[in-house]
Amino acid sequence: MSLFPYLVAAWLFCIGLYGVVTSRNFIHLVMCLAVVQSSTYVLLLTIGYRIGGMPPVFAGVPVGTPAVDPVVQALMLTDIVVEATVVALLLSLAVQVHKGTGTLNPDHLRELQG
Amino acid sequence: MSLSSIVAHITALPVATPLGTAAVLAALNKFLPRRMADTLAILATLVTLFTETLLLYSVRSQPFVYWYGGWAPRSGAALGICFVIDPLSCALAMLISVLVLVAFVFSLRYFDSIGTMFHVLVLGFLAAMSGFAFTGDLFNLFVFFELMSASAFALCGYKNEETTAQQGALNFAITNTIGAFLVLCGIAMLYSRTGALNMAQIGRALGQQSDATVITAFVFLLVGFYVKAAIFPFHFWLADAHAVAPTPVCILLSGIMVQLGVYAVARVYWAIMAGPFAAHRGALMSLLLVIGTITSLLGAIMCFGQRHLKRLLAFSTISHTGLLVIGFALLDPHALSGVALYVAGHGLVKASLFIGAGILLHRYGSVDELELRGRAQRHHFSGIVFLLGALGLAGVPPNLTFLGEHAIDHAATLVHQDWIPVIFAFSGAITSAAVLRVYGRVYLGWGDRESLRTGKQIPEERETAGPHHRIPAVMILPAFLMVIAALGLTLTPKLRRAAETGAFTMADTAAYQSRVLDGAHLPNTFAPPGQTALTPTLISTSCAIVFGLLLAAWSLSPLWPKQDVIVRPFKLVMGGLRSLHSGHVGDYVAFLTLGAAAIGIVLGLLIRRFGM
Repeated sequence: MSLFPYLVAAWLFCIGLYGVVTSRNFIHLVMCLAVVQSSTYVLLLTIGYRIGGMPPVFAGVPVGTPAVDPVVQALMLTDIVVEATVVALLLSLAVQVHKGTGTLNPDHLRELQG
Repeated sequence: MSLSSIVAHITALPVATPLGTAAVLAALNKFLPRRMADTLAILATLVTLFTETLLLYSVRSQPFVYWYGGWAPRSGAALGICFVIDPLSCALAMLISVLVLVAFVFSLRYFDSIGTMFHVLVLGFLAAMSGFAFTGDLFNLFVFFELMSASAFALCGYKNEETTAQQGALNFAITNTIGAFLVLCGIAMLYSRTGALNMAQIGRALGQQSDATVITAFVFLLVGFYVKAAIFPFHFWLADAHAVAPTPVCILLSGIMVQLGVYAVARVYWAIMAGPFAAHRGALMSLLLVIGTITSLLGAIMCFGQRHLKRLLAFSTISHTGLLVIGFALLDPHALSGVALYVAGHGLVKASLFIGAGILLHRYGSVDELELRGRAQRHHFSGIVFLLGALGLAGVPPNLTFLGEHAIDHAATLVHQDWIPVIFAFSGAITSAAVLRVYGRVYLGWGDRESLRTGKQIPEERETAGPHHRIPAVMILPAFLMVIAALGLTLTPKLRRAAETGAFTMADTAAYQSRVLDGAHLPNTFAPPGQTALTPTLISTSCAIVFGLLLAAWSLSPLWPKQDVIVRPFKLVMGGLRSLHSGHVGDYVAFLTLGAAAIGIVLGLLIRRFGM
């Protein structure tokens, strides 16, 4: 297995975190979080990938045919569902912040300092 | 059918009951009267608590493993998902249910606008935490982790009308979500190495072998779970979340959710990592001791500098969680039994202190220490909660925290870490001094309004409805019951012994693996008998409470330095620490990233130094 997909995953993770740290808008920040999350998809799929493997549907296929790992795909689907909830929640919180304060910039929201 | 086979089938109830009830409540949201929702929620929590008590009774001599759908492992390969019921996980789940029950009882007088969604979220939270305590599957652990997080985020931002609430909830949600991604990466790495998700199977597949992948995976899991546990430098979200969360939610966050992060690392360590880290125990111990100590000291100092009561208690939680990490860092079952006792004692005490803050908010419409000065002088009765709570935080016997501290101290002397009692005494002294200072100022009217210009005033609105001139029994009664339980449980005979059995069973990696993978019926592991002297811990806790009293008295006296005469270095330190807690989520994530990298690098260097 080539190293390339792992590098992509690491890159997505880091660039997403960079976006979260420097973001000046909560909507943008939540999207950066989604970028971090997509790195976990790449990582999971890479781990389960077999070169030359077929989709993990085993009806009418001779035993021993190489297939990609269905477990990590299930993990990834679960991950998508769970994180969709969290992202929806975060966006609704961002909407509430905007309603209350008129800004989405974390730099302007310092009431919780100290 | 024997008792054990009946009991086995109720294993799903601690998760299924709250989840099912939550679904019903959510579906009937529009039609159900408020009191009906209260009753259903409390009933579901009682059923959960009762089930967990039965489970604890059934595992008093032997743990058991429950496979969902009967998917038991074949020849050591687990395909299904299992719950591992052992004494410690049952006791932890019972503590969770007790605190949820208290939160529901407290919220009976809660503001009317909450509707039934509050109950739905708390029940979801309960289901997630119970599952988190029981599960034997690493990915399942992650799913419960996320369910727990999602309910907690929503609960934290529940007070929709306050703008600070959403900020606190956002900070909490963003940092913890990144923590969850780290956990997931760690799980993916372990899966790529072993092809397994069941903790026992991963542990057996790894055996003693440790390499860069395994160690990196453990660092990812450690950091991810310690974000939840609010360990330095991942602790920033906690104070913000607590400052804005409704009181019943604070009870759950501070009383148990944070500690579950410590529990998860302990569970992962003893189920999976004890083998791979067998050669690197020294490295891991040093790293965790340092992190725990910094967390504990920082939390204590920040705690004393607050005037917002919930924030003060939140920093005290950070300090005490640091102590729990110190206890776990000894990687010893004796110390683990101490951690378990400490979690129970701290959870009960901290929950009642938060109720105390909630009572002040209900009665006087504020949780600001200076604003409240002398206003509760005619209500000494509820102040007793603060006094007893301060004693609990300092670990004064016969508190459960004392028993826990004693077990940890004992384990520390065995590995020649004799400085650990000093850290316990320091953190206990400062955090109890802060609570005693609040008592003195609010209930006795001591001190002046100006001396504590430190800390920021965060506006907080009343959360409760109804007449405010008296304190409802549903608020004061649970608080008293809990502080008394923290004192009274210590006198239960054999409690110490039971905690040791639980800890030794959890730490017996080989037995855990054969129970899960081979279906072996192995009894609990018992600690070797032996008595240890109470004197060292007695000395350290007495020092803690004496210094706590003196510090509180000093801070309320005219001798306390005014802001402009505070010695310069101290002011610099405090100012620096304060500006770190900036309330800016970007800063928090930057610290999280740097902290994770630092932990990875330091652990790598330590392992190299201690030899591969």
